[in-house]
Amino acid sequence: MSFVTATNIFQSYGNRPILERVSVTVDEGEFISIVGASGCGKSTFLRLLLAQEQPTRGEIRIADAPPAVEPGLDRGVVFQKYSVFPHMTVRENIVAGESFRTTWGVFSGAQKRAARERADETLKRIGLDHVAGQYPATLSGGMQQRLAIGQALAAKPSILLLDEPFGALDPGTRLSMHDFLTELRAETAMTVFMVTHDLEEGFKLGDRVLVFDKPRWDPTDPNACGATITYDFDARDGGIPFQRLLQHSEEDTHVFRPA
Amino acid sequence: MRLINRQPGVALKAALTILPFLLVFIAYWIGSEIRLAENPSDKLLPAPSTIAATAERLFTEPDRRSDRILLWHDTAASLMRLFLGVGISAILATIIGLLIGLLPHVRATLAGFVAVVSMIPPLAILPILFIVFGLGELSKVVLIIVGILPFLIRDLSQRVLDIPREMIVKAETLGASSLVVALRVALPQLLPRLMQSVRLSLGPAWLFLIAAEAIASEVGLGYRIFLVRRFLAMDVILTYVLWITLLAFLMDLALRTLSRKAFPWTEASL
Repeated sequence: MSFVTATNIFQSYGNRPILERVSVTVDEGEFISIVGASGCGKSTFLRLLLAQEQPTRGEIRIADAPPAVEPGLDRGVVFQKYSVFPHMTVRENIVAGESFRTTWGVFSGAQKRAARERADETLKRIGLDHVAGQYPATLSGGMQQRLAIGQALAAKPSILLLDEPFGALDPGTRLSMHDFLTELRAETAMTVFMVTHDLEEGFKLGDRVLVFDKPRWDPTDPNACGATITYDFDARDGGIPFQRLLQHSEEDTHVFRPA
Repeated sequence: MRLINRQPGVALKAALTILPFLLVFIAYWIGSEIRLAENPSDKLLPAPSTIAATAERLFTEPDRRSDRILLWHDTAASLMRLFLGVGISAILATIIGLLIGLLPHVRATLAGFVAVVSMIPPLAILPILFIVFGLGELSKVVLIIVGILPFLIRDLSQRVLDIPREMIVKAETLGASSLVVALRVALPQLLPRLMQSVRLSLGPAWLFLIAAEAIASEVGLGYRIFLVRRFLAMDVILTYVLWITLLAFLMDLALRTLSRKAFPWTEASL
């Protein structure tokens, strides 16, 4: 039933705890928004999901497979920047989503033609067919992020991780990117994790919104305690924020209740 | 208006570019005139017209003894050594730079070693090179390699390390192996930098070439300069110096043009 399971995750850098007791289960096809203040471990949690880092305790499983030790094909990712390859044209970037898994990372002959045709279809769908031959540096920020998402999806991952994907975009572009992402999701029914600063964006796009915060606060040493999931919201009601708090059981999420 | 915001016009800019060349030439000319007025057989600052005549003779007339135009032979020999030295260094530096930049184990093994080796003054070990590799072509090529390879390795490995981690992680999520990351992500982004580093190392490469040729050689631009020094043939020396400068400048220009043509994505932007 549950597709992604994080069990009792702890992560610390040196002796500075970042995350503590993070447990969450996510169903296939859910869109999870992750919000929280700066420095509260939401990007760290995403890197753990990506298997770019290993937790000091606990484990993350996707579809009951053993915990991954490095990033791989099952996890797609789009970062805020540097997510496309600047030395490849837009079309080559999409083709790379399929060809990088081969021994030499390139296709040849009929395979190459087929991959280019598929890439052109993808580009048409994400509205970048008119710039297929250009280099990413000539594209606007929004177009680059659309390309990055298209490239990640070309590899057909089981989960898609977005690390503040629209953080560097202007408000108008951001809104059109929301529509773009919503359309893509309707087509692919992909499981998505998105880290964002923007609460409104999180509630608008997400099925669930996870809030990361520090449940304990030591005034003499702000770094003494790590963060965890303090709220787990159901956000499916038209994105109206803070409407329903998911409460699976007492241990499921560590909800902070001020005394 | 602030000085930092004042831009020269097209004509003024061209004139300013030519100005220092012209000033140096005029200063030389005046110096030469003064010395020649005192002593017409002065050899230290030959008149520009003498240099031009010598240059014409050197470029066109064969040597009486060997019946070969020596300047072209010197040029061919020197360029061969230079291209071999710089070419081998560039290839080795690319491979080692990629290994150091991408593989933590190789980095732990080699980074410190290369940093220390790059501190060895290459000319100080020139005698050892002559003893080990003989006085032939090999020792001269090896001196160039010893001179510029450590710099190239350090520069290129740092460049690989500068590739944003996000980009490498992205390639990993597309299923790329270490080999594919090296060949399809790191190498293409390294090549423009290689061009720049090679351009920067051309100066030292010429230095080491001429030093090696000056000490032990039978042909070569550096050899010729140090040979005619004994006769105080300043007109020949100056011709060779100008010729070397022109060659170096053309190489730099060629690399710059090649870099722009071969890597259009480095120039692309809104």
